[in-house]
Amino acid sequence: MENNDSKTSSRRRFLREGLLLGTGALAAAPLLQSCAEEHTMPADKVKVLTPDGKVLEVDRANLKEVKGSQLATTKEAIQGLPGRKFVMVIDLAKCKNARKCTEACQEGHDLSKDMEWIRIYLLQDSPETSPYWFPRPCFHCDNPMCVSVCPVGATYKRTDGIVLVDADRCIGCKFCMTGCPYSARVFNWKEPKPQSLEEKDYSPELNVPAKEGTVGKCVFCADKLRNNELPRCVTACPMGVIYFGNILDDTITNGDETIRFSDIMKERSGYRYLETLGTVPSVFYLPPVGRMFPVERGLESIDDETKSRYKNVDYVKNLSKPK
Amino acid sequence: MKTFDSKSLLKDFTPEIEKTSIAWWVTLITFIGIFLLGVHALGRQVSEGHIVTGMRDNVVWGIYIVNFIFFMGLSYAGALLSGVLHLYKAEWRKPVIRIAELITVISLLIGPFFIFFCVGRLDRLHYLVLYPRIQSPITWDVIAITTDLFGCILFLYLSIIEDLALLRDSLELNVPAWKKKLYKFLAMSYTGTPEQRKHLSQARNIMAAMIIAIAIIVYSVLAWIFGVTLQPGWHSTIFGPYFVIAAVYSGTGLMIIVMWLFRKIYRLEKYITLRHFCNVGYILLVIGAFYGYFTFADYLTKWYGSQKMDALLIDKLFSNFFWLFIFANYIGILIPIIIIGIRKFRTINNIFIAAIITLLALWVNRFLIVIPTLETPYLPIQDHRIDWIQYSSTWVEWSLSAAGVAVFAILIMLFSKLIPIISISEMIEVEDTSDETI
Repeated sequence: MENNDSKTSSRRRFLREGLLLGTGALAAAPLLQSCAEEHTMPADKVKVLTPDGKVLEVDRANLKEVKGSQLATTKEAIQGLPGRKFVMVIDLAKCKNARKCTEACQEGHDLSKDMEWIRIYLLQDSPETSPYWFPRPCFHCDNPMCVSVCPVGATYKRTDGIVLVDADRCIGCKFCMTGCPYSARVFNWKEPKPQSLEEKDYSPELNVPAKEGTVGKCVFCADKLRNNELPRCVTACPMGVIYFGNILDDTITNGDETIRFSDIMKERSGYRYLETLGTVPSVFYLPPVGRMFPVERGLESIDDETKSRYKNVDYVKNLSKPK
Repeated sequence: MKTFDSKSLLKDFTPEIEKTSIAWWVTLITFIGIFLLGVHALGRQVSEGHIVTGMRDNVVWGIYIVNFIFFMGLSYAGALLSGVLHLYKAEWRKPVIRIAELITVISLLIGPFFIFFCVGRLDRLHYLVLYPRIQSPITWDVIAITTDLFGCILFLYLSIIEDLALLRDSLELNVPAWKKKLYKFLAMSYTGTPEQRKHLSQARNIMAAMIIAIAIIVYSVLAWIFGVTLQPGWHSTIFGPYFVIAAVYSGTGLMIIVMWLFRKIYRLEKYITLRHFCNVGYILLVIGAFYGYFTFADYLTKWYGSQKMDALLIDKLFSNFFWLFIFANYIGILIPIIIIGIRKFRTINNIFIAAIITLLALWVNRFLIVIPTLETPYLPIQDHRIDWIQYSSTWVEWSLSAAGVAVFAILIMLFSKLIPIISISEMIEVEDTSDETI
C-alpha cells in the first residue's frame, strides 16, 4: 500500500511537472549562458532570480533555456531513474509530417540538419494498402541488439528502459548500427557542428557535445526525464502525436491529455514495429485508423529536398502519374 | 631414383638470398610507393574524418570490411595446406608448404589493419582490451585473431629453425654479417641432434593440429559478426561453415598464384612442378564445389521462401549487382572447376588463371555479402542524398586497399631474401620428379 502511494505521488509529480514544462524551467533559468533553444512566447514580463539574489524583470521572449545546468555525470547516467520504466506511444492517426519533433530534437541535441535521431518515414506496407507517416525514434528495446554487440560497453540499457551511448567510450566500430534493425543510429562522419556545451559538461543523457567518429541516437531525452519533464519531441509536436509515460504507472501523456496506457492499447489495437524480431521495443504505435488528416497533407508543407525522400513510395509515384 | 641433398639444394636456393637484382628493387620501390599512397589516404581520413570514405549511415561498413574478411580468408591457405598436409604426411607438400605458411602469417598481419581503418576512433582502440565485453562477437574476434596470429607465427618459426641452422652453418653462403648473426640468433643453437629433432617434430605436429582448429574458430567468429545480427542476408546459420569454406577456397587460390610467381621469378621449375599445381588444384576443385553448393543452398532457401526482406535483397542482387553476382557465384565457381576438372585444360598457366578468377570472385563475393544487405534495411532508406542510399567507395578506400596488397607483396619479398622460399630441410631426401610428366 505504501508502495502504491509513493508510486502514485511520483506519477503525479511527473505529470504535474511535466505539464508545467517551460514555465518552471524558464523562471529558474537566468540569462547567464548562451544557448540555441529560444522560446517564442507572448511578450509579457517575468520575474527571475539571479544567482546573486537580485530579482529582475525581463521580457519573456528574451529568455533562453540553460542547457547543462543539471546534467547527470557519465557515472550517474548509467543508473536508471528509480521506479520508472519509460514507454512511448505514437499515434499514427494524428501524424501529418509536420517535422516539429525532428527539429526540436536537432535543436536540443545540437545536431546538424542532416542528422536525425527521430526520423519520419512514409510507409506503405503494400501497393494496395494506404500510406501513413511513421515517426521513428530509437525504440529503446528491452532486448537490444545494439547493446549485445557493443565490444566496449559504450552503449548500455538502464533499469528505466533507456538505452544510452557514452560518446567518451565509443570506439566507432559501428557494429551497433548494423545490429539495429530499425536504422535508429547515426554516425558522426565528420567534425560535428559547433556545440553549445563544453567537454566537461558532457553527459550521455543529452549527448552534447557530440564527438567525431562516434555513434549517436535518440536518448528519450533522459536529461529532461531526470528533471521530470517530457522529451522534446513530445512537447514540440503540434498534433500531440507522441505520448510518453511510465509503464509502471500505466499512464502516458502527450502534454495535453493524459491517458491509461493499457486502455489505449486495447481500444486502438496498439502494436510494436517488427514485433517478430524479438527486440521488444519500448515504443508502441497506434494504427492510422480514423485519421485526423489525409496523408498528402504531409507532403504539402515540406521543402522539395525532403519531399524527394519519399519519391520511391508507391503512393507518391502514383501521384505524379497522369490520370 | 634421384633425390635432393642439402648441398645442391643450398646451391640452388642461396643465390636469391645472396644477391638482389635491379628488377627486384624496382618492384619493391613500386610497392613501397603504393604503400605510401595508402599512408597519405589514411592521413586524410584521420584529419578530415570518415566522411572522405564512401561509408554513410546505412552502409556503415564498406570495402574495408570486405578486405578484412578477404585477407583473413587468405590466411587459411597455410592453415589448411600446411596443417592438414603436414598431419597426413603428404610428400608432395614439401616444396610448397613454406609458401603456404608465409601467406598465412602475412595476410593475418594485414587483415586486422582494415578493421582499424574502419573504426571511427582509432585513438580508442585499446578500449577493446581495457573494457572488453565478452558478449560481443568483436571481442570473440579479438581473442581468436590474436591467438591465431601467435599460433601461426610459432608454426612458421618451428618450420624454419632447421633451415636457419643450415644457413648458419653453411660456409659458402656469402651474406652480410648481420644476416649471419640473425641466423645464428634465430636458430637457437639447433644442431639437429636426435633429441632436438624429436622435440621439434612433436612441437610441429601439435601446432599443425592446433592451427587447423584455431583457423576454423577464427573464421566462424568472423562469420558470426554478420550471422548473429538480424539483418536480411546475414542472419543465417550457414554463415559459419560458409565463411570457412570460402576462406579455404580463396586461400588455396592465392597459394597457386604465389607458387606460380616464385616459380617464374626465382626459377624454381625443378622443384615446383605441374604435379604440385595439379595437387593444389584438386584441393581448389573440391573446395570450389563445396563453396558452390553452400552458395546455392543459401540463396535457394532465401529465394524460394521469399520473405519480404530476402526477396528485396535477392531482387537487388539480380538488378544493381547483376554482373558482380554472376562473376562471383557463377564464373568464380564454374570456371576453376572446369579448368582443373578436365585434363586437357590442366596446365600450369591455366591453373594459375583459374586461381586468379577464384581470388577475384571471392573478393566480389564478400562485397556482395556486406554491401547489398546494408543497402536493404528493414525500414526503407528514405533520403535525398544519393551517397546515403547507394555505397560507392572513394579513392581513400581504394588507396588503402591497394596499400594492403602492396604490404603483402613487400613482406613476402623481404622474407624471400632472408629464408629460402622452399624449405631445404624438408626437401632433403625428396625424390626429384621434375622430369616426370603427369
